[in-house]
Amino acid sequence: MTNNAAVDAPFMEVNAELCKGCQLCVGVCPKSVIAISDDLNSASYHPAYYTGADCTGCGLCFYACPEPGAIKVVKP
Amino acid sequence: MKVYEKSHSFYEVFERKSGPAKEATHYCPGCGHGNVHKMIAEALEDMELTSRTVLVSPVGCSVFAYYYFDCGNTQAAHGRAPAVATGVKRANPDSIVISYQGDGDLAAIGTAETIHAANRGENITVFFINNAIYGMTGGQMAPTTMLGQRSTTTPLGRQEHVHGNPIRMCEMLSTLPAPTYIERVAVGDSKHVMKTRKAIRKALKIQAEGKGYSFVEILSPCPTGWKMDPTVARDWLMDEMTKVFPLGVFKDESDNVDEGSWDREFKPFDTDQVNAYLDRLKTSMTEGAQVTLKEDLHCKFAGFGGQGILTLGLFLSQIGMRAGQQVSWFPAYGPEMRGGTANCSVNLSNERIGSPLVDEPNVLVVMNQPSLDAFEKTVPDGGLIIVDTTIVQGKPDTDRLNAVMIPASKIADEVGTPKIANVVILGALVAATGAFTPEYCMETLRSVIKKKNLVEMNMEAFRRGYDFVKNQ
Repeated sequence: MTNNAAVDAPFMEVNAELCKGCQLCVGVCPKSVIAISDDLNSASYHPAYYTGADCTGCGLCFYACPEPGAIKVVKP
Repeated sequence: MKVYEKSHSFYEVFERKSGPAKEATHYCPGCGHGNVHKMIAEALEDMELTSRTVLVSPVGCSVFAYYYFDCGNTQAAHGRAPAVATGVKRANPDSIVISYQGDGDLAAIGTAETIHAANRGENITVFFINNAIYGMTGGQMAPTTMLGQRSTTTPLGRQEHVHGNPIRMCEMLSTLPAPTYIERVAVGDSKHVMKTRKAIRKALKIQAEGKGYSFVEILSPCPTGWKMDPTVARDWLMDEMTKVFPLGVFKDESDNVDEGSWDREFKPFDTDQVNAYLDRLKTSMTEGAQVTLKEDLHCKFAGFGGQGILTLGLFLSQIGMRAGQQVSWFPAYGPEMRGGTANCSVNLSNERIGSPLVDEPNVLVVMNQPSLDAFEKTVPDGGLIIVDTTIVQGKPDTDRLNAVMIPASKIADEVGTPKIANVVILGALVAATGAFTPEYCMETLRSVIKKKNLVEMNMEAFRRGYDFVKNQ
């Protein structure tokens, strides 16, 4: 999901295999740039994903997420 | 550049976890444990504490914390994490010791350990995950379940008059003088998650600085146990749980205590110290010659509490010890210091003793009637029975048993006090068994009797009992 054209911009990314689809990240995102996929991962969860723009790198989704490796946020 | 990502205080792959998905935790979607784990791991990494941290996990969903944290891990019996943490910390004062517990573990079965570790001001950090329910076992009522809250064991809701009230641990512990820092936080909305992060870091910092006991209660959702969607559970946590469990700092002495003031002096185990300690426990008993028994003595001494029954057993045991025999002394008595019944079993043997119990004594001393009634029949034919006739009215079967009928209490009273009837009996026992010479016994008594002004009276009592039998 990383937007390679905008490496200078903050972004978040979801490891879809580790996401359990709890949607907590969706709810806390101030910019509403996280959504839930229609696809299922191998554990039968609908994972979250970054819609691709306007992430501020605030990190709230990282702390809202209970799963250690599911969300990474980069703020250049 | 700031990167928020999986802490290096976690294992990269959770190899200890069974089954597939070895990079994901075992926790349910939306569980608060994961949030708290992440913030602890991040704090340990940022504060460079990971390599010297020992995490004590509880019984509960977080029993598997050792799957995840790349630090020292141990797992305690249910509720005992603070006791284990105490031991780890005291044995390894440079370690950072975390007791990570849920509400069933900490506030029910582990209440005693929790309170006393706090009361001792152990320099440990307790993270208390309160989700108001027994999560791992399927959502039963916990001590923290709120009034009206439904659980599998309170299907109509918790009721005060049936189940009691939810326990507030922060409030209780903050009445104690020793704890340094007690705060309740919540992994609910983002603002409170960040407050939790701050509290976790503060608690660990207090420990690292040797400032004492820190306790952070973290209200945490259990979407599965509560039967709620994860987002709804977070809202319910903030809306309902915080009413019963108000957030805030209950105690903070961290600015008032000096660094290191709660560090314990650590003495490494050393054999010389242990020996020195044991030396202090040694009796004043003098060395004596080896004596071989003609026959092993399996004794039962019985009477009222206060008659010196147990002391009689000790004296005979000490004589046997001095003579190089194997001995055992096993008391049995009620809660009364005086007036109840008491008996003791004493074995003296040339061989190793298998059991300290004496079911069939070859020597029975009875100093009250109930003891005669209870134990006479346990003595095998030809066994020795010594009866204090001052007190005991009944007569043993003299055809079957070798009986010594001695007015021990009366003789003792003549010597100076009826309290030393036990020593009169000892004299009679030694004379009747011929196990030791009277001189050998008196030498031993002389060295073990603590009140030296009573030694001569005891010598006289022993001699009178011994002579009573010899002159019969």
